[in-house]
Amino acid sequence: MAEAQAQQDAVATPASVQTRSRWEDFSRTFLSNRLALFGLVVLSIFILMAIFAPLVAPYDPLSQDLEGKFAGPSLAHPFGQDELGRDILSRVIYGARISLTAGLAAVAIATTAGTLIGMVAGFFGGYTDSVLMRLMDVILAFPSILLAIVIVSVLGPSLANAMLAIGIVFIPQIARVVRSSVISVRERDYIEAERALGAGNAQIIFSGVLPNSTAPLIVQATLTLATAILDIAALSFLGLGARAPTPEWGAMLTDAFESGFGVFVEGQHALIFPGVAIALAVLSVNFVGDGLRDALDPRRRG
Amino acid sequence: MLGVSIVVFCMVRAIPGDPAQILLGQSATTSQVAEIRDRLGLDEPLPVQYLLFLKDAVRGDLGDSLVTGRPVTTELLVRLPATFELTAFAMLIAILVGVPVGVISAVRQYSLLDKFFSVLALTGISMPIFWLAMILIVIFGVNLELLPFPGRLGPTTAITSITGLVLVDSLLTFNFAGFWDGLLYLIMPAIALGTIPMAVVMRMTRSSMLEVMGEDYVRTARAKGVVPWRVVFKHGLRNAMLPTVTVIGLQAGLLMGGAIITETIFSWPGIGQIAYESVSRRDYAMIQGVVLYGAALFVLINLLVDVLYAVLDPRVRY
Repeated sequence: MAEAQAQQDAVATPASVQTRSRWEDFSRTFLSNRLALFGLVVLSIFILMAIFAPLVAPYDPLSQDLEGKFAGPSLAHPFGQDELGRDILSRVIYGARISLTAGLAAVAIATTAGTLIGMVAGFFGGYTDSVLMRLMDVILAFPSILLAIVIVSVLGPSLANAMLAIGIVFIPQIARVVRSSVISVRERDYIEAERALGAGNAQIIFSGVLPNSTAPLIVQATLTLATAILDIAALSFLGLGARAPTPEWGAMLTDAFESGFGVFVEGQHALIFPGVAIALAVLSVNFVGDGLRDALDPRRRG
Repeated sequence: MLGVSIVVFCMVRAIPGDPAQILLGQSATTSQVAEIRDRLGLDEPLPVQYLLFLKDAVRGDLGDSLVTGRPVTTELLVRLPATFELTAFAMLIAILVGVPVGVISAVRQYSLLDKFFSVLALTGISMPIFWLAMILIVIFGVNLELLPFPGRLGPTTAITSITGLVLVDSLLTFNFAGFWDGLLYLIMPAIALGTIPMAVVMRMTRSSMLEVMGEDYVRTARAKGVVPWRVVFKHGLRNAMLPTVTVIGLQAGLLMGGAIITETIFSWPGIGQIAYESVSRRDYAMIQGVVLYGAALFVLINLLVDVLYAVLDPRVRY
């Protein structure tokens, strides 16, 4: 036993050294990517904005001022006022809370379920693998937004259900990524070694397989986040997500759009700013995702 | 496909509320509800209901719309040409712009132009499609008054319907004014719908071109003294098209989702618009029909892509 321990230590030491240099390597590549850095900065601003929304926002996002309907940008209201005279800047700031949280929640659902399914399918293989992956294929056979629409119709329209629906739709992508990296790791010598040391399946999965499958998982999850934010906004637009008067970015655009044709003439700013917020947030996530992929995948390094 | 139909069936049945009750309204008596339930076969056990549904579905009968009372299939077929015209045009824009830009970016890798296009493409896939549509309306429809909206044709334009495709019908009847009008109405929705596929096609073309241009046979061709543009198009692009075609096929699903939104914003009388309406009116028979046909189409398109693969790449044989 003592000998085995010593052997494990001997294996562990070079591994930890390698992990650190890998981390250094990763951060250097990532930080030298200007677009990824830009994305990270913008995203941080959005997150700070979301956390400190009550402190940052100049007005209550729900308080109406019908006198100021579609009033254009001014010093008092830098982004102008919307169809009910609400301050758009404040609504965009509070919207960061809802839209980002919703996107993250959807990705969390997809990642948790997808990792579990991919892990089990990849690790055990055989019959389990076939059944789980066919199930994933059925989900993939639907155009994603159509499936989300059906799920929300079944559960009833609400922001929480929209998150759940988007989460479910993205499970197969995560599951596939995890499965393929698990399969490539499964037969490695160090897994064999763990098994020889008497580790059970669960232990091998969590200590051996999972940590070595994280890189592609992180990349996939980040890129999924970008799509999730977009799709949740789209569901809100279809009336299946956040409802008025919630200051969610997609719902803000919907409310403005549905207020009538006048918005295209006099309320253009009400259409521009929430959309810019969505696009900027998603773009930053995409930049970060691309940067992560380039930094984590040695094959892509130029 | 069978799995898909089971999932759709179960989900639609899981939607809360008794369809018979919805059909008759709140004032219906219990006996009326019972009669309708009997007529719709809702008293049968679920597996039997599913088989009945499948039997009808295979023959193209997906039941009647709960709102208009007309058969779902008819309702969808009437609107198919409008959606087809829109998506085809959007895809055309996506390919005509995406492929050349991807090739240029790959040939001039890391140039300023390449970086510019890359950021532009990423911006393209980061924009919510309904926002892009609204911004297009604001810029070209309202502020510049260049392009007309909403709908498919101006109120004064009449076109004899043959195929249901405005552009084809107007040309067949030599109605050039109608053709021009239809084209103008088509531009904004098509750009809105085509932007994301365009960006995706561009990125895919670029990366597969880069890969192919590094191959030995490309180097050989260069060494042989083949003119550069021939190397790029004959040796490079032809082989780089394979992944691009796959990606184009995969865009089909995205286009369907995008069509729902685009058609709603531009009041385009297609399947997407009816999908949106049936969602907001809780017309479950219609939703079921749209999703089922959508999934079927999606599977079909991917099959088509596989076949196309074999045509493009002689190494692939089935």
